[in-house]
Amino acid sequence: MWGLRSYIKPYWKFLIFAPIFMLMEVFFDLLQPRLAAYIIDFGVVERDMETIQQTGLLMVLVALLSLVSGVACNLFASRASQNFGADIREALYAKIQRFSFEDIHSFQTGSLITRVTNDVVQAQNLVQIILQRLVRSPSLLIGSVIMALSINVKLGLILLGTLLLLLIVLVFFIRFSFPLFSKVQTQLDSVNTRIQDNLAGIRVVKAFVRAHFETKRFKKVNKDYTQKSIKAARFMAINGPVVTLIMNMCLIIILLYGGNLTGRNDLQVGDLVAFINYVTQALSSLVMVSGLLMSLSQAKVSSNRINEVLTTEPKMIMKELDSIPSFSAAHIRFEEVSFAYNNVTKKEDMTLKDINFEAFHGETIAIIGATGAGKSTFVQLIPRLYDVSSGAILIDGKNIKDLPLLQLRQNIGIVLQDAFLFSGTIRDNISFGKAGSDQEEIETAAKIAQAHDFIMKLPNGYDTKVGQKGINLSGGQKQRISIARTLLMRPPVLILDDSTSALDLGTEKLLREALQDIMQECITFIIAQRISSVKTADKILVIEEGTIVGAGTHQDLLKSNEVYHSIYASQYGNEEAAYVQH
Amino acid sequence: MSNIKNKASANLSQIGLNQGPGSRPGEIAKVRSKNVKETIRRIWSYLKVQRLHLLIVFISTILSTCFTLLSPYLIGKTIDNYIVVQQFDGVLKMGGILFIVYVSGALFTWIQQFFAASLSQHTVRDMRQDLFEKYQGLPIKFFDKSTHGDLMSRTTNDIANVSNTLNQTVVQLISSIFMLAGSVVMMLSLSIRMTLITIFIVPTVAYITKKITTYTKKYFSEQQSHLGSVNGFVQENITGLKVTKAFGREAVSLDEFRVINEKLRAVGVKAQSLSGSMGPIMNTMRNLSFVVIAVFGGIFAYHEIITIGIIVSFLNYSNQFSQPINQLANQYNLLQSAIAGAERVFEVLDQPSEENIEKKTDVDKKIKGEVNFDKVYFHYETDVAVLKNLSLHAKPGEMVALVGPTGAGKTTIINLLTRFYEIQSGKILIDGKDIRQMDKDYLRQQIGLVLQDAYVFSGTIMDNIRYGRLDATDQEVEEAAKLANAHSFIQKLPKGYETYITSDGSISQGQRQLLTIARAVLANPSILILDEATSSVDTRTERHIQEAMKSLMKGRTSFVIAHRLSTIQEADTILVLDNGEIIESGSHKELVIKNGFYQKLYENQLA
Repeated sequence: MWGLRSYIKPYWKFLIFAPIFMLMEVFFDLLQPRLAAYIIDFGVVERDMETIQQTGLLMVLVALLSLVSGVACNLFASRASQNFGADIREALYAKIQRFSFEDIHSFQTGSLITRVTNDVVQAQNLVQIILQRLVRSPSLLIGSVIMALSINVKLGLILLGTLLLLLIVLVFFIRFSFPLFSKVQTQLDSVNTRIQDNLAGIRVVKAFVRAHFETKRFKKVNKDYTQKSIKAARFMAINGPVVTLIMNMCLIIILLYGGNLTGRNDLQVGDLVAFINYVTQALSSLVMVSGLLMSLSQAKVSSNRINEVLTTEPKMIMKELDSIPSFSAAHIRFEEVSFAYNNVTKKEDMTLKDINFEAFHGETIAIIGATGAGKSTFVQLIPRLYDVSSGAILIDGKNIKDLPLLQLRQNIGIVLQDAFLFSGTIRDNISFGKAGSDQEEIETAAKIAQAHDFIMKLPNGYDTKVGQKGINLSGGQKQRISIARTLLMRPPVLILDDSTSALDLGTEKLLREALQDIMQECITFIIAQRISSVKTADKILVIEEGTIVGAGTHQDLLKSNEVYHSIYASQYGNEEAAYVQH
Repeated sequence: MSNIKNKASANLSQIGLNQGPGSRPGEIAKVRSKNVKETIRRIWSYLKVQRLHLLIVFISTILSTCFTLLSPYLIGKTIDNYIVVQQFDGVLKMGGILFIVYVSGALFTWIQQFFAASLSQHTVRDMRQDLFEKYQGLPIKFFDKSTHGDLMSRTTNDIANVSNTLNQTVVQLISSIFMLAGSVVMMLSLSIRMTLITIFIVPTVAYITKKITTYTKKYFSEQQSHLGSVNGFVQENITGLKVTKAFGREAVSLDEFRVINEKLRAVGVKAQSLSGSMGPIMNTMRNLSFVVIAVFGGIFAYHEIITIGIIVSFLNYSNQFSQPINQLANQYNLLQSAIAGAERVFEVLDQPSEENIEKKTDVDKKIKGEVNFDKVYFHYETDVAVLKNLSLHAKPGEMVALVGPTGAGKTTIINLLTRFYEIQSGKILIDGKDIRQMDKDYLRQQIGLVLQDAYVFSGTIMDNIRYGRLDATDQEVEEAAKLANAHSFIQKLPKGYETYITSDGSISQGQRQLLTIARAVLANPSILILDEATSSVDTRTERHIQEAMKSLMKGRTSFVIAHRLSTIQEADTILVLDNGEIIESGSHKELVIKNGFYQKLYENQLA
């Protein structure tokens, strides 16, 4: 929490006023039993009707003052917490926007989302709790003790002793319940895993006729979970009665001792009544405080998670640019480029090792190789989605690290493997990279991407809404829209990262033909699995375990490169491969 | 004073089982259930088995409530009869009685909570088990229609809801009602006038509170909906962050976020200011009823209608009286949502299970593997025919390949052969026997299925492969893995076969496919089905697997679906499907010569 203090600073005024008003509310509330005692002692016992009436009016006034203070406290606390929450949310979002792919990778998307949504709400609630309840309960506690002591010191000491005993009991229960409940949580996780697995793999379960096996397996985790839950719940079941009993024992002692004191005229009856009220107040406040401490420890986890994001310095800094100059990209060169995720330093474990190659304007470079060979990483280095670990990538002779990141990214069009679409219309999605594109531009891009025809068949054409994550479109359709999105930018460097995998062969062929003209005007990189998708490229790079093991045209490689040849053979059968070779 | 008890247990239960934030006014979703009576009857059928525990909980709840009610009365009496008249022996005697009352109260509260814990946990354990077993029996059609998220939430959230309600709400409801009735009786026995004042003021307070709540609730739900849209935006944009970055659109995205975040900020301040005022207002209401009782009590005592002790008792009873009223509304809503949750569970339990003729068939008696489709007609939920009077024949040991465009009906054939779905007309025969006359379990045990979506369970690699045959030795598992070409990658893993994997990506899709093939190998079925089984394996690895598969397919009837035609050239028969019909069939060579649909597909892939 402390790490987030700079975000609460602008609202320091609220931070001062809210507790002040809360203290006032507590003060007024604590007056009430005292005033009631006054009614009994000086109104009833002394038989003074006027005192009863006046004190009654005073009590109403005090109640109203308490209301005003409470509402005021809440107003300030709400302003502080909500503004604090909104500020943190924005800071988090802005920070995440600046994250590099590597940062996203190390945090994981799902975890980032939880941090911006759930954790922020937790931290925000925490501020509210601190300013209100965490001021109220302890000060009620302390106030009650002071009031009790002011009535009678000896009785007050009994109260203090009980509080101490309760504190020990509560700490004991919290200490010992924690491991019990974390065991329950772990067991619940395994119950959920079994259910999740079973639902997702139900076809496999049925295909292998494992219903009986699964049921038996589930029965075991279910039973374990139930037993652990009951054990924990039964442990907690002792807590409530014990705490209540201690409090009530304290009451009896006070009643006995207090009764004795009144007998000796050391204490008035009304004061005893007031005292009993303060005891009740103090004891229940203590229980409240212990409950609050629990929620504080939960919120601490959240604020730590927020802080982790906020203190991460993105590896790449993006400068704001007034205008974004385009570049011609006549030439791209990789010089001794090596790359590894997560600070791997041993050469043989690196994802890419000492890559050297160059490409010129108008050329198409195809990259082929086994899954995990490093193909995607290779192309993602060009728009600096990742930074090279060593070596350099030069565009028109300039190291890309020296180019403004924004300029680089907007001039390099990359179609990622995962065709992610945003909610909104198809038009919004295609014009994502260039807001305000006209219909003609959009249609041209869609036509080249082989998307126009199916878009026109949709109920609202280009204005059809894409469900979140594009649920109402097929994989192939999403891929085509994301290709159109990139094509609209007319980038001087075009990268297609296995982005036609869901297209059927006919459509893919049409797309390749339509792309011909565009490919003349830029440097194109194509990653593909199928030989048929790469064979027309000017240069094919065969990548295996992070190194280029072959480069050349289809014909060259087929003759001279063993890896390429075996990929070919695996797709076309040995006969054709043998035929080509001779 | 006895109100300490309620507060204490409410707070400590938050530490315990009650996960999630404490409920604020308006936070509990009001979900109306459809058939309350029936649902309660069914929950009762789960509770019934634990009748004795239920009775213990019920009786101990009533007893602990009685003792709680008794203590303010006794304290008042102590003050009046002994302290005011200064009779210390009496005070001591009353102290003794109070001691017994408090100890008994604590004892019965403990008994009640002790048994309530196992009562609710055993009930939901049985419900969870029933639901899980039900899933095993439901047809695939059901799972295809519903989302995992929904079923998951029924099995977890809804059941947790029922559990929490049984554990706390029901007990609290019983004690609230008794507390309410008991307080009134006790108060009446003390003073009718004071009772009337208390009974008048408490509902008034409750009414005002409710009025204000309905007003603030509006702002609260407005805040929730703004929060929802901010969270939705965050969810989507962080998921698509890579795209945003690739296009250099971060600044635009941040601007868009700012707009909705500012809206949330404004609404949030307003809503929190209003709904947060509920605390001080309720507090004031409590104060005011305290004032009214103190003042009127004082006036009545002045006129010697009542005693000071009665004032003290009433100050306590007013608390005991108002708390259940405030809680009752809350508990009612909780109860409603729990019943709705239970209803969602029962909804699944009421789904019809797979039809099956159970026949004790000797599993070891293998079928020969002759498969016949005789004029099979089939459609899914919609009335569009997927297979139109399709007939096919596979001799024992033959390899049949199914090719054709997406949606041609290839996977459907497999869904029907395994009886994941039932045909509408025609016949499917294995070894000349109609599969509808066969025991489903027996049928499926004879068929080895390797699916495109290679599913692995959370567990070790060893467990995952052994899933194919539970009594297989480690040696046999390893051999199957070798045959499926999985052994080499498994060995490279830090813990080898004991490596723990989960369904979401501890190993690559291609490696998962290899594991599922090994699983099918181990099962040693008479009929083998490979539905795009190697689509995510790179073509060279696929080649290796194929070598292995060749020996595996020997002596078994096999059905292979593949997009890459290179994988199926050696099939005995290739069936070309389009629109639910077989349009061509024959060996690779025959079909190429035929110069039809297949030839075109083939050329396309070569081009």
